[in-house]
Amino acid sequence: MAEPLLALHHISKSFPGVKALDDIDFSIDKGEVVGLLGENGAGKSTLMKIISGVYAPDAGEMYWQGQKVRLKSIMDAKEKGIAIIFQELNNCPNLSALENLFLGHELRTAGNLVDFRAMKKKATEIFSYLDAHIPLGAPAGKLSVALQQMIEIGKALLAEAKLIIMDEPTSSLTDREVQKLFQIVKELKSRGIAVIFISHKLEEVFHITDRIVVLRDGRHVGELTTSEATQEELVALMVGREMQTFYSKRAKQPSPEIVLKIEDMSGPPYLNHVSFDLRRGEILGLAGLIGAGRTELALLLIGAEQKTAGTVYLQGKKVDIRSPWQAIANGIAYLSEDRKTKSLILQMPVRANITMAIHKAVSGALGTLDRKKELEVTNHFVKLLEIKTSGPEQIVNNLSGGNQQKVVLAKWLATKPSILILDEPTRGIDVHAKAEVHKIITDLADSGTSIILISSELPEIVALSDRVVVMHEGQVKSILDKHEISQENIMSRVFSA
Amino acid sequence: MTAQEHRSILGRFFSYRESAIFLALVILMATVTLFAPNFMSGSNLYLVSRQISFVAVVAFGELFVILTGGIDLSVGSIMGLSGVVAAGAMAGGQPIVLSVILGLATGLLLGFINGLLISYVRIAPFIVTLGMLSFARGVILIVTKGWPITNIPKPFLTVGQGDFLALPIPLWVMIVLAAIAHFVLSRTAFGRRTYAIGGNEQATFLSGIDVKKIKVVLYMISGFMASVVGIILIARFNSAQADTGTGWELDAIAAAVIGGTSLSGGSGSIVGVIIGAAIMGVIRNGLVLMRVSPYWQTAVIGIIIVLAAVLDRIKNK
Repeated sequence: MAEPLLALHHISKSFPGVKALDDIDFSIDKGEVVGLLGENGAGKSTLMKIISGVYAPDAGEMYWQGQKVRLKSIMDAKEKGIAIIFQELNNCPNLSALENLFLGHELRTAGNLVDFRAMKKKATEIFSYLDAHIPLGAPAGKLSVALQQMIEIGKALLAEAKLIIMDEPTSSLTDREVQKLFQIVKELKSRGIAVIFISHKLEEVFHITDRIVVLRDGRHVGELTTSEATQEELVALMVGREMQTFYSKRAKQPSPEIVLKIEDMSGPPYLNHVSFDLRRGEILGLAGLIGAGRTELALLLIGAEQKTAGTVYLQGKKVDIRSPWQAIANGIAYLSEDRKTKSLILQMPVRANITMAIHKAVSGALGTLDRKKELEVTNHFVKLLEIKTSGPEQIVNNLSGGNQQKVVLAKWLATKPSILILDEPTRGIDVHAKAEVHKIITDLADSGTSIILISSELPEIVALSDRVVVMHEGQVKSILDKHEISQENIMSRVFSA
Repeated sequence: MTAQEHRSILGRFFSYRESAIFLALVILMATVTLFAPNFMSGSNLYLVSRQISFVAVVAFGELFVILTGGIDLSVGSIMGLSGVVAAGAMAGGQPIVLSVILGLATGLLLGFINGLLISYVRIAPFIVTLGMLSFARGVILIVTKGWPITNIPKPFLTVGQGDFLALPIPLWVMIVLAAIAHFVLSRTAFGRRTYAIGGNEQATFLSGIDVKKIKVVLYMISGFMASVVGIILIARFNSAQADTGTGWELDAIAAAVIGGTSLSGGSGSIVGVIIGAAIMGVIRNGLVLMRVSPYWQTAVIGIIIVLAAVLDRIKNK
């Protein structure tokens, strides 16, 4: 046990124009769980891609169980016992869970046909070990993200991996599923399997890891034993300066005036008699597990899906919103939970994305778009939200996650909404950008915009919300006032009968 | 910013997507001239440009649809039926203007039906327009029983056979439609939305844009462009033939693809489509001038289409 399972020395890697990794040392022992932290663009993914054989380093050495190795491909790494579970799960959605588990490694009968019986037996063994109840015949795409992840972990076990890299495994899991994942990580650890755990969520990293490595701008900036580290210390290492407060404070109290009232709203797929109201300048948190119906509620509100029952009042007046354009006309904006697939036209420039919802306002006669007006709006928001872009014509796909999210925010702020629905506004963006988005949200509320905040990060909901609507399985379980808001209260309401 | 301003003319030229295929067209024309010097003769260029104009105009309509990730397989049949309607009206003694309007209305109506089924009944564009391809062609055969419609009034023939300022009238029609289509795509909100749908339909919808309505209009544009060509062709041939337009959907799609249009939507341009149509026209004409068997033409066009897609893939890597 003198030598580590994996050791990297002086690893460097450049891409055109960027030094992604600069002289990195990294090691992990058998049965150790190491957390890897850093803002977006710090070099975490590049490092993981080098360890898993996707990229070859420009310089430096890699030792696997004491032997110097050069990984040629992800297959090569897999053979050695290194498995990676990507944040965006790679499975074939139409193949069954069983077929996905054995994809590329199907067991064969004597006649060289796929041996489903043997595979089923093995799969049952693995999944019962993982304590995951996965219907083997169900198409993988129909399973929850958590179960799909279990298939990936199953794959790693099947390949007898000695090192498993998990890239933000909890980003789309509910709290309960996260707990389950942690159980499994502990189990893997007891089996002597090493785990590299990448996450933006500090609490999780504290909870599960033995040691934490922090990267910043492609350099190794710190390494701490988890039991001795503090949150402030880590954040300071990640952002390179002390952050005063995590969450910005509200300057004003919300007014008692009710701007939106929802009564007994029902709709697909399972929303059931939802009622609540929203006040001017209020941040109303919508808390609940994934699948509680929060996004679905937002889609009904903006008319992207049609409600089957219920009434909506805006400023006391009954409205019937049946389409997103009617929602915008009524001053309601919805920032969707997935910026890449539901918010941005990735190959279009920042300018076109920001003005997407306000074509009328930036049009001249004949429906022609007025470039000058477009640039005015774009430049205003680039400055206001501190969007880091080479200019208004930069293709959005080339921006970092945080800046992409700011572009989406700009698109919706440009519609001058009185009600802004934010669905996971800080998902997948780094700590620094997160703090900026939080500041934007509180500033908006202070200036009188009413905000519905949907977030799976409870600390975010707790810190920002004036009131919290707790939802579960399509129903409102409880509405908490400011003084009642805490993570414990929210979770106990979710699980109360 | 300064780097951009100081870029050489050559650098600026290559910053356009269409530059590479334009260069390919120039090289192609030079090669054809080398082997068949009469390619560059005035009378040949007149004929080639007229032929290119027909394909290009149909391809403009196809471009609008492909930009959203759709496809219109029915353009050939719409051409044919629009021509039959217009020719039938003229032969039946209706005024020319009314006949033309009826022909154009046919294209718009069939496009409208395509769009409705695709947007609101949510059937795949491939299936809907494949059905329309067969249906419209069937109607042509029912109406004409396979016989050509003749008796086209003399004054109307100028539209297909005459010229203006030494250029064929179909070329002028193409130039005018190209200018309008280019303006719509690059300068209007409608054009921006068309590209946006191809880039990310879901995001476009959630941005408050009535994606369904726009798609219906796009299929109407495609039908309209096809009917324009169908109507000019009756003037060109002095009759409406039952098989006019057969196979033109392939030429139109090919012109768009060779011109750099992505079949998955979101990118492509009118200028590219014109160059694409020109490349096909020059190859066809060049092969004829070089006395290559006409059977080869079809095979060569096939190779060019795939080659264009391969080059596009390499360029985007």
